[in-house]
Amino acid sequence: MSELAIDREIDRSKMQVSDEVAIEITNMNKWYGSFHVLRDINLTVNQGERIVIAGPSGSGKSTLIRCINALEEHQAGKIVVDGIELTSDLKNIDRIRSEVGMVFQHFNLFPHLTVLENCTLAPIWVRKTPKKEAEERAMHFLEKVKIPEQADKYPGQLSGGQQQRVAIARSLCMMPRIMLFDEPTSALDPEMIKEVLDTMIELAEEGMTMICVTHEMGFARQVANRVIFMDAGQIVEQNEPEEFFNNPQSERTKLFLSQILGH
Amino acid sequence: MSDQTTNSIAFVAEGTIPPSPPPANETGVVKWLRENLFSGVGNSILTIASVLLIYVVLKNTLPWIFNGVWNADSLSQCREILGGKTGACFAVLAERWNQLIYGFKYPVEAYWRPNLAFLLMLVAAAPVLFFDLPRKMLLFTAVYPFVAFWLIWGGTVLVPLVALFGCVAAAVVFQKYGKNSFAAGFFGGIVVALIVWKVGGALISESASENAWLTAVPSRDLGGFMLNLMLGVTCVSLSLPLGIALALGRQSDMPLIKWVCVIFIEFIRGVPLITLLFVASVMLAYFFPPDSTVDLFLRVVIMITMFSAAYIAEVIRGGLAALPRGQYEAADSLGLDYAQAMRLIILPQALKISIPGIVNVAVGLFKDTTLVSVISMFDLVGMIRGPILASTEWNGVYWELLGFAALLFFVVCYGISQYSQWLERRLATDHR
Ligand SMILES: Nc1ncnc2c1ncn2[C@@H]1O[C@H](COP(=O)(O)OP(=O)(O)O)[C@@H](O)[C@H]1O
Ligand SMILES: [Mg+2]
Repeated sequence: MSELAIDREIDRSKMQVSDEVAIEITNMNKWYGSFHVLRDINLTVNQGERIVIAGPSGSGKSTLIRCINALEEHQAGKIVVDGIELTSDLKNIDRIRSEVGMVFQHFNLFPHLTVLENCTLAPIWVRKTPKKEAEERAMHFLEKVKIPEQADKYPGQLSGGQQQRVAIARSLCMMPRIMLFDEPTSALDPEMIKEVLDTMIELAEEGMTMICVTHEMGFARQVANRVIFMDAGQIVEQNEPEEFFNNPQSERTKLFLSQILGH
Repeated sequence: MSDQTTNSIAFVAEGTIPPSPPPANETGVVKWLRENLFSGVGNSILTIASVLLIYVVLKNTLPWIFNGVWNADSLSQCREILGGKTGACFAVLAERWNQLIYGFKYPVEAYWRPNLAFLLMLVAAAPVLFFDLPRKMLLFTAVYPFVAFWLIWGGTVLVPLVALFGCVAAAVVFQKYGKNSFAAGFFGGIVVALIVWKVGGALISESASENAWLTAVPSRDLGGFMLNLMLGVTCVSLSLPLGIALALGRQSDMPLIKWVCVIFIEFIRGVPLITLLFVASVMLAYFFPPDSTVDLFLRVVIMITMFSAAYIAEVIRGGLAALPRGQYEAADSLGLDYAQAMRLIILPQALKISIPGIVNVAVGLFKDTTLVSVISMFDLVGMIRGPILASTEWNGVYWELLGFAALLFFVVCYGISQYSQWLERRLATDHR
């Protein structure tokens, strides 16, 4: 729950929100057994948007973004990703998953494969990319996240920050149009948070559509174009970062911000 | 904080401390002895007691082994040669060597066939056991079962050829249709294989085996350690894939598949192997069409395979349960389908965790192959208990024969255990 200062100048030239809709969620509801986790979620994300989702623990943030790539099934309402509706049809699910990259709190790298193999596995098997091309692309993205020299190591030999950057590179190798981040820095030591945030900022600078669940409010202020506050399975408030932080409307948001920002 | 305390805490290193060798304590044998054998009164007593025990054991066995007689025709002749001294009568091993290894009915002039099959098995197993070897060698591994069958059982070459052809046809069908729908490819493959075998079987005439290049040897003529090895190798290699399938089936979302697997595993695990073997020897015939005479060897293989597959399935289930859910989620989120996720992500890790358990089952299975001696198959133990000990020449040579059997099994099982330890080290990627 820190506010890490982002000390670099952010290049906003390519950070443009287009009119094209990337994700459209209407009246979505989800239950775990009889527990109503997500209640009437309505959310439209345009191509190029950078959205930060914040909210207390257990409010359903992870569940929401996991519904977007069908890691969790929703029981009511509609989710349309890139024009494809998420139904129980496996073909649609696979198509959506290959368009949407996901980065997890605990990295979830494949420990039995090298960093390079982690990055080439899905392109080779899902996209049927030739091995050589997949390796070239993997090296390109590993350079982008600044760890090309670790390509032949195993994940267990890397630090947490390095592992998370590999995880980002692994997602990027599938050339997704949308990236989901579920608390990507929460499992990291403070000195490693910055390197991961830097990678995410660079991604934003290139115009990637991103939805990030994070408590890094510095990142939210600087990079997001919209902050969404969730509580008890509901979207309570959403606004542009400046307004959201300086002029929160609901009591719950105010309480949350005072706790997280410590004033 | 006052200035004074800050000053007393402040410290700046004036230079780097150079590395120096460790203190030169007493080294060598005396130190090792003191640290490892005599580090206290209790330990000293234990050391002395162990030395005494080893001494007593060796004092009694070494003369027995070194006085051993290797050349004699019968136990009484052994006793004559020894003339009252203690000594083993290893002559039985020399004289009955062929029976111990091949059983007493396998034609002597055909011994080269199982020998060759054994050597080829080493070649076929190599690429499976040591995956740094060229992958092309797996092609030989794939045809090896058919070659070995032909070598050991002999008869017309058409039988293994038809069997091979059926498998190839099934593989082709699976390749073609399995991509779209696993079930279509899988069951289509089985149906095609059955058709090929049925048609092929009908085409092979009854007399085809009569003057074949390799004389046909019926299963009841197999025996000795060769039979143990054949059962062990066949059952281990069949029960591993079956065990994986059962473990995955038990995890399945489809209730029917799940319950079939659960019931199978729980039932088989709840029944002693020896019961299953008796079922194989007398009852299993009822389950097959009345006119088919299913080979006893095949029936025993089916039973032992089912038995160890159930155990292997449970071991692998443990491995699967040990994997964090994040691995499944990462595989899903990258768009891998179920088969790919299992094959590339989940099973490699789960099997790695399960290696010690699987090896345990494999070693146990191999030793359990001696149980077939109770259903009148003449494996190594069956040969010893039956024809050899019952003969007038060698009646009473228990220690030498059973010691030899133990030694053979020990060598193989120790080899398996060493291999598994090597494999675990080789697969270790979490260099923490
Ligand atoms: N698989 C599950 N089964 C039952 N309840 C769950 C499951 N996953 C999450 N929950 C519950 O759903 C709620 C929302 O969880 P989550 O989306 O992980 O919250 P957040 O990410 O905002 O902390 C929590 O109360 C959690 O206990
Ligand atoms: Mg969460």
